[in-house]
Amino acid sequence: MKGGWFRVYTLAYLVFLYAPIALLPIFAFNNATTVAFPLEGFTAKWFAKLWEEPELHRALRNSLIIACSSSVLATTLGIFASRASTRYRFPGKAGLMGMIMLPLVLPEIILAVALLAVMLGIGMPLSLFTVILGHVLVCTPFSIAILSAAFQSLDQSLEEAAYDLGETPISAFRLIILPLVMPGIISSLLITFTISLDEFIMAFFLAGNENTLPVYIFGQFRFPQNVPVILALGTILVCLSIALLATAEYFRRRGIAKTGGKDTGGFL
Amino acid sequence: MTFSAEKSNMIEFKDVHKYYGDYHALRGITATIKAGEFFSLLGPSGCGKTTLLRTIAGFEGISSGAVMIDGKNMEGVPANQRPTNMVFQSYAIFPHLTVEQNVGFGLRKDPRSKAEKAAAVAEALEMVGLKGYGARAAHALSGGQRQRVALARALILKPKVLLLDEPLSALDKKMREQMQVELIKLQRQVGITFILVTHDQEEALVMSDRIAVMFDGQIAQLADPETLYRRPNSKQVADFIGTMNFLPAQILAEAEGRVEVEAQGFGRISLTADQVSVAPAGANPAIGFRPETLTILFDGQQPQDRESMATVEEVVYYGDMTYYDIKLDGTTAPMRLSMRNVFGRPVLDIGTRARVAWSPGALVLFR
Repeated sequence: MKGGWFRVYTLAYLVFLYAPIALLPIFAFNNATTVAFPLEGFTAKWFAKLWEEPELHRALRNSLIIACSSSVLATTLGIFASRASTRYRFPGKAGLMGMIMLPLVLPEIILAVALLAVMLGIGMPLSLFTVILGHVLVCTPFSIAILSAAFQSLDQSLEEAAYDLGETPISAFRLIILPLVMPGIISSLLITFTISLDEFIMAFFLAGNENTLPVYIFGQFRFPQNVPVILALGTILVCLSIALLATAEYFRRRGIAKTGGKDTGGFL
Repeated sequence: MTFSAEKSNMIEFKDVHKYYGDYHALRGITATIKAGEFFSLLGPSGCGKTTLLRTIAGFEGISSGAVMIDGKNMEGVPANQRPTNMVFQSYAIFPHLTVEQNVGFGLRKDPRSKAEKAAAVAEALEMVGLKGYGARAAHALSGGQRQRVALARALILKPKVLLLDEPLSALDKKMREQMQVELIKLQRQVGITFILVTHDQEEALVMSDRIAVMFDGQIAQLADPETLYRRPNSKQVADFIGTMNFLPAQILAEAEGRVEVEAQGFGRISLTADQVSVAPAGANPAIGFRPETLTILFDGQQPQDRESMATVEEVVYYGDMTYYDIKLDGTTAPMRLSMRNVFGRPVLDIGTRARVAWSPGALVLFR
């Protein structure tokens, strides 16, 4: 049976991908400080402990500020870039778009070190603001990838039809283009938010004295007794990420259905 | 429909040129379209017909010359202030709006009351046969329905000119033929100037009062459908519109508006000056004729005018028509001939000898 091996392979692959994540909640609810089998009974105390960590709360607040700011900024930049690249023809466009998309594949640590050097060089103090700058850099290519697809699927004559019916370029954009790419915009906001929320390297280099959630989590592993608390936190974060990405995909698909376009594949 | 001299000029092109970089897309278009006319721009893809239409709408600027609408020069007038509306090839129906919202889109800045606007929308929908479709989502419509919504959306603004950019090309054959007739009726009803861009010669012949045939950014011939079909002014036009057979010919004499010609297969014939058209530069003179102007004579039928002998080379049955490829005696290439199967058809085997009737009045000389 040919399909048999293929099924085994698929199963092994999925186990490899998801077993570690499945272990998170198991040990998060386990009544022991060590991450090991056999399990020693059910407890929710690690989740309760999350409420007693002011440092964690501060890191969470920082992460939310950074994620909100950088997703809005990156998506705004993404709208400009995607609109320009899909609507207008100009010399050097392909090269320019390539340069903008490059951070997607560039080792992030190089970007982070380079940014750190620049910040220190121009004497800008490290703060949440510098992390936001770094995250915008990382998130914008994702935003452009999502939004280009949204803008690309728009029939250019829709805009001309709006002019033809008496609208100005600005009102045509507001009445026709914006509503049609809105699902893409929402999708971009959610995905860049998720990326920013769990980004570690930029935050580690550029946050200065502040902590973000991933940096805080990394720091907590120095204290073995805190590991179950981190697992509890991880469980919450995984659920949150899945919810966010599912919402983003929902909006992306709804956008396609709305405009009657063809599904050309997305991130999920 | 005929047009008397008092019909005013709706569109005037005055030596319009358009360049895209080095590419010369429109090469000196001069033409006049009358008010209330159903006018077609016909040509192969890339001939500049859509570009020309878009210069009227204001989506394309022109490099030199002038485009006038109803006596006003349109230079510097943006698309949203021109008295024209367009039906796009893709229909450009706003997918996130309902049928009603689509049709009423152009009324956004209209000072009339909401109820009056709603009445206007309902009226426009009824006119295009979509009564009761107002609340439907636009993206759920069929191709033919989208087409109608696009028409209603453009006509509700009562433009001076309605521009139609290949509006029927996305429909299947049956639907297309139905819409052709509906468009003609609609145009008569509203009395607005319609300008249609199409690459389909049949569509242009069916629908238009006048047709401009375009090649390479120039108008090759501007005439009513019948003139265009019966008296194409060049071999290029003749080839593009319908089928035309060509036979080499020799010009013997010209005098008093008549041309004496010796044509292969037809012998010596005398043609009037209006039967003379232009052949491409360097080409030899040729006689052209349409497939339906020649008839095979069966069982002692007598020709109304002249008669020649031919050999049948191919027979193609089309249901309502039969096409015969025949070789007239004294010619080298087969000619296509078409006959209606009114009383069935006698079966002619390939290789059969046949008598063929023809008339000099149906021939065109390309020189």
